[in-house]
Amino acid sequence: MPTSLQSMPRADDGAPVSKTENIVEVRDITKFYGTDVHALEKINLGIPVGQMTTFLGPSGCGKTTLLKIIAGLLEPTSGEILIKGAPVSGPGPERAFVFQDFALLPWATVLRNVAFGLELRHEAKNEREKVARHYIAEVGISGFEQKYPHELSGGMRQRVGLARALAVNAEVLLMDEPFSAVDEQTRRKFQEDLLHLLAVEKKTVIFVTHSIEEAVYLSDQIVLLSPRPGRIHSIIRPEISRDAGPDEIRRDKNYLDHVEEIWQDLRKYLE
Amino acid sequence: MATTIGLSNAEKSEASAFGLSKITLYQLLSILGLFALWEIGGLVPISVAFPTFSETTVALFEMIADGRMIAAYADTLKPLLIGIGISAGFGVTLGVAMGLNRRFQWFWEPIFIVLQAAPVAALIPLITFIYGIGLAAKVVAVIILALPIIVLNSYKAVRNASASLIQMCQSFQGTRLQQIWKVIIPNASPVIFAGLRLGVAAGFIGVILAELLITPTGIGDLITYHRSVAEYAEMYAAVFSVIVFSAITVGSLERAETRFFRPDKKVGR
Repeated sequence: MPTSLQSMPRADDGAPVSKTENIVEVRDITKFYGTDVHALEKINLGIPVGQMTTFLGPSGCGKTTLLKIIAGLLEPTSGEILIKGAPVSGPGPERAFVFQDFALLPWATVLRNVAFGLELRHEAKNEREKVARHYIAEVGISGFEQKYPHELSGGMRQRVGLARALAVNAEVLLMDEPFSAVDEQTRRKFQEDLLHLLAVEKKTVIFVTHSIEEAVYLSDQIVLLSPRPGRIHSIIRPEISRDAGPDEIRRDKNYLDHVEEIWQDLRKYLE
Repeated sequence: MATTIGLSNAEKSEASAFGLSKITLYQLLSILGLFALWEIGGLVPISVAFPTFSETTVALFEMIADGRMIAAYADTLKPLLIGIGISAGFGVTLGVAMGLNRRFQWFWEPIFIVLQAAPVAALIPLITFIYGIGLAAKVVAVIILALPIIVLNSYKAVRNASASLIQMCQSFQGTRLQQIWKVIIPNASPVIFAGLRLGVAAGFIGVILAELLITPTGIGDLITYHRSVAEYAEMYAAVFSVIVFSAITVGSLERAETRFFRPDKKVGR
């Protein structure tokens, strides 16, 4: 599938969900590291509100770079990021980031870590702890409020990272390979929990992964990136019904076909 | 004393013989072993100028009881506390500033590296030329020894602060000040405190050096006097008291760090 879709078709691709507007617009984003490392080349992309978009591609395709540019943690060399139509520079309250290495404060309890985003906004202590306790319960780690990160397993630490991002009530969640440091069983459980949670919380999620199965299982929209420099190879909408249980989805023909199709697309970059 | 020095916080709950934790027990054994060797060394004797541990302890208590030791510490502690206070306050501030700002780093780093490498005992005559033989000279001796270690450790601690935590703080729109106070400094505190402990220990060396080389006062005077009249038990009691005092101070610093900056260390790693 060499058709390089340079931007998301908006209202006219036939899918009912595509009527929704794009909360994030990526316009002509190009990124060089120094003068010779060309990470991204003219990326144009729309992220529909309330949906899960995945950046998928082999290592070196610039997917984490693109996510960090959207987060405002990296400056693009050229191009701009629009949030709800307005260009932004730097991080903002409408976006919250979940880090690959969790980035928890080792000297702070789970409760303080989850409340940290609110602490930085000078919210009153009991206010922010009330919010934090709510999200600690929601990500399923109640009872661990007073523990320190080193007392938790990798999967639980990432739940703390997720709760912290949810606690600031941002509309867009940016997740950078959140499950890559977590074992496979925990990962599957976490994926299922994430889908449940997002159905409740109604967030827009941008999710970076190198796992094809993860991308197809979770996403409404998959952005396939090709490496050196990172370009959009294609955009895929798996259209998998979320009504079925997780095990049925993993056996679904549509699901398996998408996994296979993406694998055939990506394998040529692996030589 | 054993609990004050070592890794007293980890695994306290692990009970062992005599109701002591395993760690405390081994620390006690280590210290008792050292005292036993000292006693044997004194009994052999290695030298007429080397008293046994028990003679030294007796002398130590006599000197505490008749007030000589207390008077000596009152003299010694003054330049030590002033010197350590200045070194800690100024040193940590400057070190942190160097870690946060490249220009500060470029300007100050060579000075402190040279100071750290310099043989300070050789510099002490120079100090007396400039600051005389009073309190100021002794304070300067303490600072010269303690400050470079504290500055260089604080600077390296801040420079090596976790990039990922800093980025996390940015992503939640923390200001630069919040980043420094809530992330960089707590993250750097173990290494800053390691520098403070080394700095305090160096400060003790500085003050004793000054008392031995500039004017005999305080503990330096006790050491010099008892050596000159061949009262070796008293002389070693003075030396021993400095070691114990320094160890306790350094140990309390570690406790203060755990209590105020890194409560997570209380929970066994």
